[in-house]
Amino acid sequence: MIQRPMIEQQLGRCVASWYLGATGVTGAAKLSGGASQETWTFDIVHPDGPVGAILRRAPPGYGASPGRAAGLDAEATLMQLAHDAGLPSPRVMHVLEPEDELGTGFIMQRIEGETIARKILRDEEFAKARPLLARQLGRVIAGIHGLPAEKLPKLREMTSTKEIADLEREYRSFGWPRPVFELALRWLRERDPGPSKEVTLVHGDFRHGNLIIGADGLRAVLDWELAHFGDPMEDLGWICVNSWRFGEIDKPVGGFGAREDLFAGYEETGRKCDPDRVMFWEVMGTLRWGIMCCGMMQRFRQGPDHSMERAMIGRRSSETEIDLLRLLAPRA
Amino acid sequence: MQDEPTPIELIKAVADFLRNEITPAIKGHNAFKLRVGINALDLVTRQLALASGGDAAEHARLKQLLAADGSLIELNRALSDKIAKGEVDLATPGLSEHLWQTTMDKLAVDQPNYASYKRELGDK
Repeated sequence: MIQRPMIEQQLGRCVASWYLGATGVTGAAKLSGGASQETWTFDIVHPDGPVGAILRRAPPGYGASPGRAAGLDAEATLMQLAHDAGLPSPRVMHVLEPEDELGTGFIMQRIEGETIARKILRDEEFAKARPLLARQLGRVIAGIHGLPAEKLPKLREMTSTKEIADLEREYRSFGWPRPVFELALRWLRERDPGPSKEVTLVHGDFRHGNLIIGADGLRAVLDWELAHFGDPMEDLGWICVNSWRFGEIDKPVGGFGAREDLFAGYEETGRKCDPDRVMFWEVMGTLRWGIMCCGMMQRFRQGPDHSMERAMIGRRSSETEIDLLRLLAPRA
Repeated sequence: MQDEPTPIELIKAVADFLRNEITPAIKGHNAFKLRVGINALDLVTRQLALASGGDAAEHARLKQLLAADGSLIELNRALSDKIAKGEVDLATPGLSEHLWQTTMDKLAVDQPNYASYKRELGDK
């Protein structure tokens, strides 16, 4: 409870230094956060009316981004580039500086809408948007892949071969045998298409939860933490992973549409789809989510976060096993 | 020998109390956490009821498939190793059926409402 006014004071000072006429902030509330990264929502107080904003930051003392993360500076650059290119993305208002004393990160415009898949897939409010979303997502993914290369920040470069090796290393580190995962790893190694002829920016986590959707369709793409350079077909495969269909298993694209619509949207701008490669990445993505579920179980056991949610996500890895079998060994 | 009620009966009684009496009184993030907790208790009752039968059948299939003996985890390690090395694959008689049955038995405990599982149960 002490933290809230404290961060409002810090944010108020910060905002006043770059937002003309701003007199402070109100309503600061933490939306999500682990030890190293937090998201806050707040309103900037202004004579013309309140302005909704989001702070995404690593608190002071947590500068370095772990493992695969692109880093908050890179995320800010990517979001602003996407916004400038006319893609659904929040405008970045301010990149934090040391004198802000808020850690590292950035402040962006808050975009209203829904990120919870079950609401997007079931609620009447989104009924008109649902049939249009697969095609729209295809267009937006193509836009991301077409962002001007010379302006992009430094990011890790991935290939399917490296991704398979990473997944295998992580799976083996758990020391728990899973014959279905072994089958999937073998399948992926045998069909590894190798480096993509075309390497582009890949969002890396384009799925429900990271997409703000309104009655009018996609409003914003969030969370560029896993952005990298790689095979553009990866993003198309990931959004088709069954885990993001939330029960609507006959609508491969996020539970609301067909692959054909996704591909048609993607190809509108002149880019090409490779459906075989997309399917390869869908299998990879299914295994990836399964291994991430096992990782949650590991952290539940070893880490300070002894939460039921983490523990129960560990019991979702079998969902990806049945999905892998449906992909690799469908029953007659 | 321990007396009755059984663990399944005890856990089910607690889960039903939380579901019917406590859930209506809890709001916000704790309501979400309560639902996760009830789901966990339900999972445990399913595991207590189903796991020994599923494990015994899996164990028997593994012994036949590998023509070897050992504990369930040892045989699963051996099978994983053989799949990784390509010594068995989907062309091996019995492998696909074994993986399917084992996975279906896991889902019956973990997530019986998962749509892919319900589809496969119906289309069997």
